[in-house]
Amino acid sequence: MPKMMSLEELQALREKVKASIDLREKGDQAEKMVIVRVAMATCGIAAGAREIMSYFLDEAQHRNLTNIMVTQSGCMGYCYAEPTVEVTKPGEEPIVYGYVTKERAQEIIEKYILGGELVEGIIPVSHQSLDE
Amino acid sequence: MACEGCRNQVTQALYAELEAFIDALPEKKGALISVLHKAQSLFGYLPKEVQVFVGEKLGVPVSQVYGVVSFYSFFTMVPKGKYPISVCLGTACYVRGADKVLEAFKKELGIEVGQTTPDGKFSLDALRCVGACGLAPVAMIGDKVYGRISSEEEVKKILREYE
Amino acid sequence: MSKYMMHILVCGGTGCLSSQSGEIVEGLKKAIEDIGMQNQVQVVKTGCFGFCEKGPIVKILPDNTFYVQVKPEDVEEIVSEHIVKGRKVERLLYENPESKTPISDSKHMNFYKKQMRVALRNCGFINPENIEEYIARDGYGALAKVLTLSQMEVIEEVKKSGLRGRGGGGFPTGLKWEFAYKNVADQKYVVCNADEGDPGAFMDRSILEGDPHSIVEAMAICGYAIGATKGLVYIRAEYPLAVKRLECAIAAAREYGLLGEHILGTAFSFDIEIRFGAGAFVCGEETALIHSMEGKRGEPTTKPPFPAASGYWAKPTNVNNVETFANIPVIFLKGAEWFSKIGTEKSKGTKVFALAGKINNVGLIEVPMGTTLREVIYDIGGGIKGGKQFKAVQTGGPSGGCLTEKDLDTPIDFDNLLAKGSMMGSGGMIVMDEDDCMPAVAKFYLEFTAEESCGKCTPCRVGTKRLLEILEKIVSGRGTPKDLDTLKELSEVIKDTALCGLGQTASNPVLSTLKVFEEEYIAHVRDHKCPAKQCSALLQYRITEKCVGCTACSRVCPVGAISGTVKKQHTIDISKCIKCGACESKCRFNAIVKE
Repeated sequence: MPKMMSLEELQALREKVKASIDLREKGDQAEKMVIVRVAMATCGIAAGAREIMSYFLDEAQHRNLTNIMVTQSGCMGYCYAEPTVEVTKPGEEPIVYGYVTKERAQEIIEKYILGGELVEGIIPVSHQSLDE
Repeated sequence: MACEGCRNQVTQALYAELEAFIDALPEKKGALISVLHKAQSLFGYLPKEVQVFVGEKLGVPVSQVYGVVSFYSFFTMVPKGKYPISVCLGTACYVRGADKVLEAFKKELGIEVGQTTPDGKFSLDALRCVGACGLAPVAMIGDKVYGRISSEEEVKKILREYE
Repeated sequence: MSKYMMHILVCGGTGCLSSQSGEIVEGLKKAIEDIGMQNQVQVVKTGCFGFCEKGPIVKILPDNTFYVQVKPEDVEEIVSEHIVKGRKVERLLYENPESKTPISDSKHMNFYKKQMRVALRNCGFINPENIEEYIARDGYGALAKVLTLSQMEVIEEVKKSGLRGRGGGGFPTGLKWEFAYKNVADQKYVVCNADEGDPGAFMDRSILEGDPHSIVEAMAICGYAIGATKGLVYIRAEYPLAVKRLECAIAAAREYGLLGEHILGTAFSFDIEIRFGAGAFVCGEETALIHSMEGKRGEPTTKPPFPAASGYWAKPTNVNNVETFANIPVIFLKGAEWFSKIGTEKSKGTKVFALAGKINNVGLIEVPMGTTLREVIYDIGGGIKGGKQFKAVQTGGPSGGCLTEKDLDTPIDFDNLLAKGSMMGSGGMIVMDEDDCMPAVAKFYLEFTAEESCGKCTPCRVGTKRLLEILEKIVSGRGTPKDLDTLKELSEVIKDTALCGLGQTASNPVLSTLKVFEEEYIAHVRDHKCPAKQCSALLQYRITEKCVGCTACSRVCPVGAISGTVKKQHTIDISKCIKCGACESKCRFNAIVKE
């Protein structure tokens, strides 16, 4: 690392390294984030959940969507509809999407997360979480 | 100066290293404490001969060197045991029974605080807070921290590790 | 690099490291490599999370999972379950002490809910050995901003924030800087006081271990403001990890051009050196500290002259404590106004406390000034250990005093604590329960001050020794009511006549406990009883009617003080009893009591 010689260089470095702790800052303010939770149990992974998760991560970065936090969860129980993704907007009820492909993921980001309209593939939620 | 003949080759090498450290100092003024830290890390303790040597090299009266050595609890003029034991007597440890832990060590080793067992294996000291208050009461042997010492039995068990 | 889906943060503070968190980090790294996920999961060794009671702590982000008391052998399960399958390892989750249900998100823990982390903002969040993570958190942004201001503008901002010294004195920081700035000299110094000697306080160490760059940055800011080019950190040699992290931070800052000549291309140059303390409590006093840095005995001298006029090598020197410095960058990033909105009228910002003693959640906490003791002890600290009765909380270390039940709703700030007969001090907070004997606690503190007295002035050297002797007399049952008057009188004399802060405050633990727990002292000197049943000299063992006459006690008694016939209640001959307690621990019928 060569010495920084100006305030601009410090600023540029900050922009560059910001992403490295991005995940932690988001976790710290989870209540303000759109949380995309990908079910990553064995069945989910077998159905391609890992690819979906990294697709969400990539898209969020490309589109510079700083308010999206992508995380994983255990089996949500909708094994017939894997990969499943639960999207929670701040202050709203979580919505679970099933059979998520890259195309549908894109739709979820564009229409639901950014646009606010519901898209195909919603699974009716039939359970309540204990800790929420 | 200590008698040349008394120094074996090992200590001579240590003196040489200390001398090199002092010579490499950018500034001798005010360096006494850092030199003593170095000396203690080399020799394990600060006997009179070492203090005389440091005084001469730094151009500081030996009385002043001794004054500093005796002032700070980190410096010791007696050699420590192979396994130095420090029992934390910080407040957090105190209210969780550190005094009993110290008594147990004294009893097991048959020495008082500041002493070393005749075989040179253990030395016993009390110190103020190692900062592991969550584990109180705490004792350290060398660099290893033992926490939540609840009974005399546990002290015996810890010491058995070093047999 | 932002492809990481998960970050695993492992506490690397002294407390957790001593319960094998180092092995946990290595184990996690290896297990994650074994499954080929090293590019998706990042393992980071951070500074202290503060929740030392349940260490080692492992936190997984972004889902905020908080695992407690993790052992190296748990690593495999965390990786195979949580990381691979997304299932939390229930048995390692922190359990709500009341409902006994596991809490999966650390945001829901009472311990963190009431806290506000300003000085500790990066502790347990970033890797302290990685300058880029600090920069990513706006690190050195405050310094960059300061370099565009005039010196007086910087000082005004600090003054406006209302920040007061966190080392104990509570002197306004901006004013201190102004004094040093106004004294003209060819060389000035910035000193960071990291000689945390107060037993039971470990906030400075945790900041240095968890966020060393904040100190480096703040010292540079101070250097710019007062016109100093040299900084010195005076740190205890007993803090090896803090020293290592600080050395690492200084080296990185030099490499990045944030220390050294012409910082960020400006005319400002500044560098930092480390000086080691050698174990002397009095060196926390700034004049003593300066003498120690000069390689001398750390004895204090009278003020004035203040260090701001004549300090290190007789040059103007500004000494601030670690926590004070840790607040500086935030003040410039968020503004003095933001900072001054936190806290009470005369005490702005937050305060870090090391919570210890008979409390459920021992740890490092940070709360806004004005939070009550009750909130700290019960909400954050989780109440008293083992369901015992709260008796007192000692604040301010050996210079402080005790606060009791009636003070629990007092908002904590500099002035309120002083008014209550204690003080803020550096932030040690020791909680005591019904089993703690107050005269014995006072004796404990006096042992400390008597031993740490540097010996320069008579009131402290001789006075603390005499106080200690009287207290020893009281706890060993030889005290008389007259001793209490002597204690009071001598305490006042020491307070009025000692040379430095150590001596002037040395009698505080005596005065404070004497005032609040006078009954307990009287019980010791008049009735020769210890109500807390701690002073063994004042206790008598007695065998109750629960005794079945098994003879176990009489056989174990080393002095043959127990007599009685088989299957009949035994008795103890008090004149022979040496109060070793062997009979009590041997009795299987709880028939032997201490009174």
